[in-house]
Amino acid sequence: MTLRDASLFALVAVLLVVTGMVQSWNLALQVLNMGLISAIMALGVNLQWGFAGLFNVGVMGFVALGGLAVALTAMPPVAEAWQAGGTGIVAAMITALVTIAAAVQVWRRRLPRRGWLVAAILVAGFMLYRYFFDPARDAIEDVNPALQGNLGGLGLPVLMAWPLGGVLAAGAAWLIGKTALGLRSDYLAIATLGIAEIILAVMKNEDWLARGVKNVIGIPSPLPSAIELQESAGFAAQFADPVTASTVTVKLGYALLFAAVLIVLLILMQLALRSPWGRMVRAIRDNEVAAEAMGKDVTRRHLQIFVLGSAICGLAGAMMTTLDGQLVPSTYQPLRFTFLIWVMVIVGGSGNNFGAVLGGMLIWFLWVQVEPVGQWLVGLLTSGLPEGAFRDHLLNSAAYMRLFTMGVLMLVVLRFSPRGLIPER
Amino acid sequence: MMDMLNALVALANFVIVPALAYGSQLALGALGVTMIYGILRFSNFAHGDTMAFGTMAVILFTWLFQSWGISFGPLPTALLALPFGIVICMALVLLTDRYVYAFYRAQKVKPVVLVIVSMGVMFVTNGLVRLIIGPDDQRFSDGERFLISARDFKEMTGLDEGLAIKTGQALTLVVAIIAVALLFWFLNRTRTGKSMRAYSDNEDLALLSGINPEKVVMVTWLIVATLATLAGTLYGLDKSFKPFTYFQLLLPFFAAAIVGGLGHPLGAIVGGFVIAFSEVTITYAWKKVLTYSVPESWAPDGLVQLLSTDYKFAVSFVILLVVLLFRPTGLFKGKSV
Repeated sequence: MTLRDASLFALVAVLLVVTGMVQSWNLALQVLNMGLISAIMALGVNLQWGFAGLFNVGVMGFVALGGLAVALTAMPPVAEAWQAGGTGIVAAMITALVTIAAAVQVWRRRLPRRGWLVAAILVAGFMLYRYFFDPARDAIEDVNPALQGNLGGLGLPVLMAWPLGGVLAAGAAWLIGKTALGLRSDYLAIATLGIAEIILAVMKNEDWLARGVKNVIGIPSPLPSAIELQESAGFAAQFADPVTASTVTVKLGYALLFAAVLIVLLILMQLALRSPWGRMVRAIRDNEVAAEAMGKDVTRRHLQIFVLGSAICGLAGAMMTTLDGQLVPSTYQPLRFTFLIWVMVIVGGSGNNFGAVLGGMLIWFLWVQVEPVGQWLVGLLTSGLPEGAFRDHLLNSAAYMRLFTMGVLMLVVLRFSPRGLIPER
Repeated sequence: MMDMLNALVALANFVIVPALAYGSQLALGALGVTMIYGILRFSNFAHGDTMAFGTMAVILFTWLFQSWGISFGPLPTALLALPFGIVICMALVLLTDRYVYAFYRAQKVKPVVLVIVSMGVMFVTNGLVRLIIGPDDQRFSDGERFLISARDFKEMTGLDEGLAIKTGQALTLVVAIIAVALLFWFLNRTRTGKSMRAYSDNEDLALLSGINPEKVVMVTWLIVATLATLAGTLYGLDKSFKPFTYFQLLLPFFAAAIVGGLGHPLGAIVGGFVIAFSEVTITYAWKKVLTYSVPESWAPDGLVQLLSTDYKFAVSFVILLVVLLFRPTGLFKGKSV
């Protein structure tokens, strides 16, 4: 890390402190927390793109899977729902697995007319699956639909969900990688874009799993909540303004947790980058043919990195859902959770872990702050205009300044400093 | 016999007509994607937003004309506004090319860098659209709503099932056919069109033959802007305009272009219809059609819907994946570089 890099990080710190002093410490810590999570997502994308040159634009899907893992881990199981439809769901899942396995096996055997055979197996399997699945789903969704209507989770401590979120995302990434990684970069991009949409479609529509668009709320928190702090006599007595003090304390607690995860990941990533493995991966990125000629297994390394990077995104997604305390599938949008992460990596500096972290923190800060600044600017510029529909329209649309700003920022960095703020070394 | 006819009409009403309209819209969009891929050699992530921008311009002109009291009789006013929207969209893509893409083209960067650059353009265009017209649904179709309404059809034929054809749907098909015919005439018959195809097939050879690359690129952008605005306006007339939906259309566009073979114009059209028909048939509830066409005792109890409509992305995606795995160059031989 050079002096310049350190001063860039110092700049982010100053920006956060100024936010704390001018606006509020609650907001500053909120920005810091999401910034830390964004930095972790950026690390995941950096591992894939910066280290290995894998073009993944399905980040949103893995982040959402991390969130799903939280709901499936931390929420208590719904015993009634399991009784009503548990067996049906399990049977349906087994049917699906057996069908796919059988289809793959038949395809590999190179039997005559295997295409028709595989199609027949898939159609029959699908009908059997629907036979088990449909009644089970209806039964589950009828169980106390206002609050549950799903199978619930495992009832484990919420922190367990973080690694599990990574594992869930890694599993999905393995499946995708197995099929799509042989494709060249543009096609992989389109494939991942599609996968992310499908993961979201499943999360929005499969109510039996995690309530779909009815959202999972009240996910247990790993830290005592602000209200619990205010009610505990010892805490309230120490501060003049217990409400602010308690919310700030809780956010500080999360910041410490997230920072710990980020630092561990950063150390691991730096070690990996400096190791022979890291050099090999970068060699593959720079010249696949040459690396393959040297006896490196390009396909396996690509799969490995795709899975690892996606797992990091899943971990970050789980952390984010824990912070929010709720799973709201409709909030996952590709611009925010895929392309913004890409802006972070490109602006920060792809191929450099510190760059990705800086990009994550800085871009997140801008993403949050451009809106009020834009509103203030527009307000200032339009103050001479008469009150009316046109001025209201301008004031309302100022909120969308952030997309515009991010695009301009990305284009400027790509043009004048294409290797990012902290370039690869 | 009557039942068979009813089944056919129901099929036409719920599957064939919507899929034809949707397929034409996809084909126009995929043509834009495929042309950029063929000439400029990158996957343009900003295409959905270019489309939204062009459509937005058309909508603004439509509102202007409506406020002046100009209308187009039974046809939507948007048709009158279309040329103006196309010009605005052309200005946008030429400006982005001049100030963004030209720099990277001169440097001969790898295609993937251009893809990342197009992400930046996507953000900017998306932001502009939301700044100007906002993120909400806009309906801008006026004039006659139906070419044939379901009730008229029933009265005319005496069948139980009605066949409704919306003006937007009929218009989509007509405009798409004209646009595609013009495009193919241009590519195959004119000097500029031929030089574009030559440039797409072999850049170096084309340059050696004295083809001006800047002109080829400019004409490509103009055509892409036209196609994008057409596709967007027709989609908006048929359904409605919403910036986020247009952004999401990127996936079926790419699926259509890749299924047909990237860089292959005819492939993009075929791909568009393949995607549209599979999406509609797989997410359609077949109960009605089946009830008419099989003996009464076999009539299904359920909806006979293979997948709920929310999974339509999954359909285009699965087709995309199957094509990529088993025939990576697409149905027609596209580029596989």
